[in-house]
Amino acid sequence: MVNLREIKGRINSTKSTQKTTKAMQMVSSSKLRRAEQNAKAYVPYMEKIQDVVGAIAAGTKDSGHPMLTVRPVKKTAYLVIGSDRGLAGAYNSSILRQVQRTINERHKSKDEYVILAVGRVVRDYFVKRDHHVISSIVALPDQPTFADIKEIARKAVGMFIDGTYDELYMYYNHFVSAIASEVTEKKLLPLTDIAPATGVASYEFEPSGEAILEVLLPQYAESLIYGALLDGKASEHSSRMTAMRNATDNASDLIAELSLQYNRARQAAITQEITEIVGGAAALE
Amino acid sequence: MKTVAVSIVTPDGPVCDSEVSMVVAKTTSGEIGVLAGHIPMVAPLAIGAVKLKQANGSTELVAVSGGFIEIRPDKISILAPSAEIAENIDVKRAKEAVKRAEGRIQNKQDDIDFKRAELSLKRALNRINVHEGNI
Repeated sequence: MVNLREIKGRINSTKSTQKTTKAMQMVSSSKLRRAEQNAKAYVPYMEKIQDVVGAIAAGTKDSGHPMLTVRPVKKTAYLVIGSDRGLAGAYNSSILRQVQRTINERHKSKDEYVILAVGRVVRDYFVKRDHHVISSIVALPDQPTFADIKEIARKAVGMFIDGTYDELYMYYNHFVSAIASEVTEKKLLPLTDIAPATGVASYEFEPSGEAILEVLLPQYAESLIYGALLDGKASEHSSRMTAMRNATDNASDLIAELSLQYNRARQAAITQEITEIVGGAAALE
Repeated sequence: MKTVAVSIVTPDGPVCDSEVSMVVAKTTSGEIGVLAGHIPMVAPLAIGAVKLKQANGSTELVAVSGGFIEIRPDKISILAPSAEIAENIDVKRAKEAVKRAEGRIQNKQDDIDFKRAELSLKRALNRINVHEGNI
């Protein structure tokens, strides 16, 4: 016979776990709302800067700016955007799997690439496997501001310019909807896929096109990184929310099953007691 | 007087959107004043104040920390890493930033830190100046 007290204990512990996961789900869903707002607030800036970069890049062909020139690739850098904490379902693992697979395909030795890590989970993963992690940033706030990531963005762009690596790929989870996100690879540097601008074409440049590219391109690359980060944050919160909702649902199922077991065992005990009493009474007659 | 639409946007969202009669901004090669119907132009901005002259004669000040200005005949956009309207500036924070930066400049360790401290000092002073309106 199943021990009644044991089942009761399991029900209670599952219930308290459920409380935690439920709370985490609610926290994540409110964070997700904020993250979506941030991403939305960022759109006008991104569109504008893309517009201007496109117009200028189209106007000044072959400017020879280092960020636009394709060099023979000796070293590749991967900027991987993940999270600091786990409990977010497949958020980190899917991105790490994808990066690892790409690295295995493209490179033969560990000297051919370097890693820039955003998020503790990502950093620990690559450090543990002895990859060259040349830069990392951890403990980003849940609602990062531009100032928070300026450092790593500037470093990433700076190291491309000074020749530490010859191309830079960015990996992040693109936020599709509250229940879906997809791992996205984006070639960040050199900037080869600048969309030509629509609308007004010919600008006057003050003082010159080159001088403006000098200011504009790093800002553009930094803002691409920031955009990816906001996107990543939104999908982090959404996948944590989904993971926690699944955990809460599972806990409910488990509790229902255990309650059934508990009631059955209790009923069995009662039935047995009655049978014993009736049996005892019959023996006396 | 003809007016022109101006919008100042930062990565953290739009800072201001309005119709003004003139925009005065400090570019890296000097101050420029822009009226409606200006030819299309792009120029990088220095750390400084952007003056938005309204049609009724009043002037609004916005502190910007670099970035650039994009001018079209009917629309002016300013894209900056950060920008604040004068009355929204947190002077206390700016003053703290000034102190911090000055401290760093005094015991300078290497060139990069020194440059960075200098820039943040500039930005903080700019914010204080804009808030107090002495441009």
